[in-house]
Amino acid sequence: MSESSNTIKQRNDRYNKYVETVTPKTSIAKALWHSFWIGGVTCMIGQAIGDILAFAVPTLTVEMVANITSMILITAAILFTGLGFYDVIARQGGAGSFLPITGFANAMASASMEFKTEGLIFGTSVKLFSVVGPVVVNGIVWSTVAGLLNLLILGMY
Amino acid sequence: MVWSMIGTYATVFSVGGGLCAIAELLIVRTKLTPARILVIFLIAGIILEGVGLYDYIFDVCQAGISVPIVGFGASLAKGSIEAARTTGFFGAFAGGLVRTAYGVGAAIVMSYIVTLVFNPRSK
Repeated sequence: MSESSNTIKQRNDRYNKYVETVTPKTSIAKALWHSFWIGGVTCMIGQAIGDILAFAVPTLTVEMVANITSMILITAAILFTGLGFYDVIARQGGAGSFLPITGFANAMASASMEFKTEGLIFGTSVKLFSVVGPVVVNGIVWSTVAGLLNLLILGMY
Repeated sequence: MVWSMIGTYATVFSVGGGLCAIAELLIVRTKLTPARILVIFLIAGIILEGVGLYDYIFDVCQAGISVPIVGFGASLAKGSIEAARTTGFFGAFAGGLVRTAYGVGAAIVMSYIVTLVFNPRSK
């Protein structure tokens, strides 16, 4: 009995080694560099939009500048997704293309476009949050917890 | 003036890029999926805002920390905390959504419009 399980284990080991040799080796350094510069450039574009907005419309509050900046970034990312440019960036960028807020927008737009064929209600509207759902749900739950904890510890103003 | 701007942009580039590189390293080295990594960074943002560190980091890093999903988490937490402390218990549930509504609203509406206009292309 133990002998047969031993042979199975050996076979599995051999198979795992085979899988390792067959899987294409992606250079980690290269992937890290690509996500580094793509993520960095995305953030710099965000900074530039904010700086230009604050300069062009001095009456805007800091909060509104941040809001409009993220709206512009999101809109641009969604348009790029629709036109098919974002895929080109995402193929190279890895984490650099999904960690910034543009990746959040891209995930929503691509899910909603992908399920267009199933109809606007049961396709697009249902699947819109299929990728970003975890982010939205966890964000709302844990930020509410943070707010309640803060209220509990520090009290109202 | 020019030098301080170059400094700011260099900081933004390196911090934003650094965060993305950390996320990429997590993908390559561990079996975490992108969705899990997004949630981890989001909760990191909520914790940073919750303990009051985010504002100090933001003063230095600017868009380098606010454009990645960390900034979204911090924004949610900031809204919730502010609403909780001004309107009380019920405010905590609404504040985060109110503060992030601009971005989320734009994302939903634009996604819908883009879906109506464009057809998915085969990859």
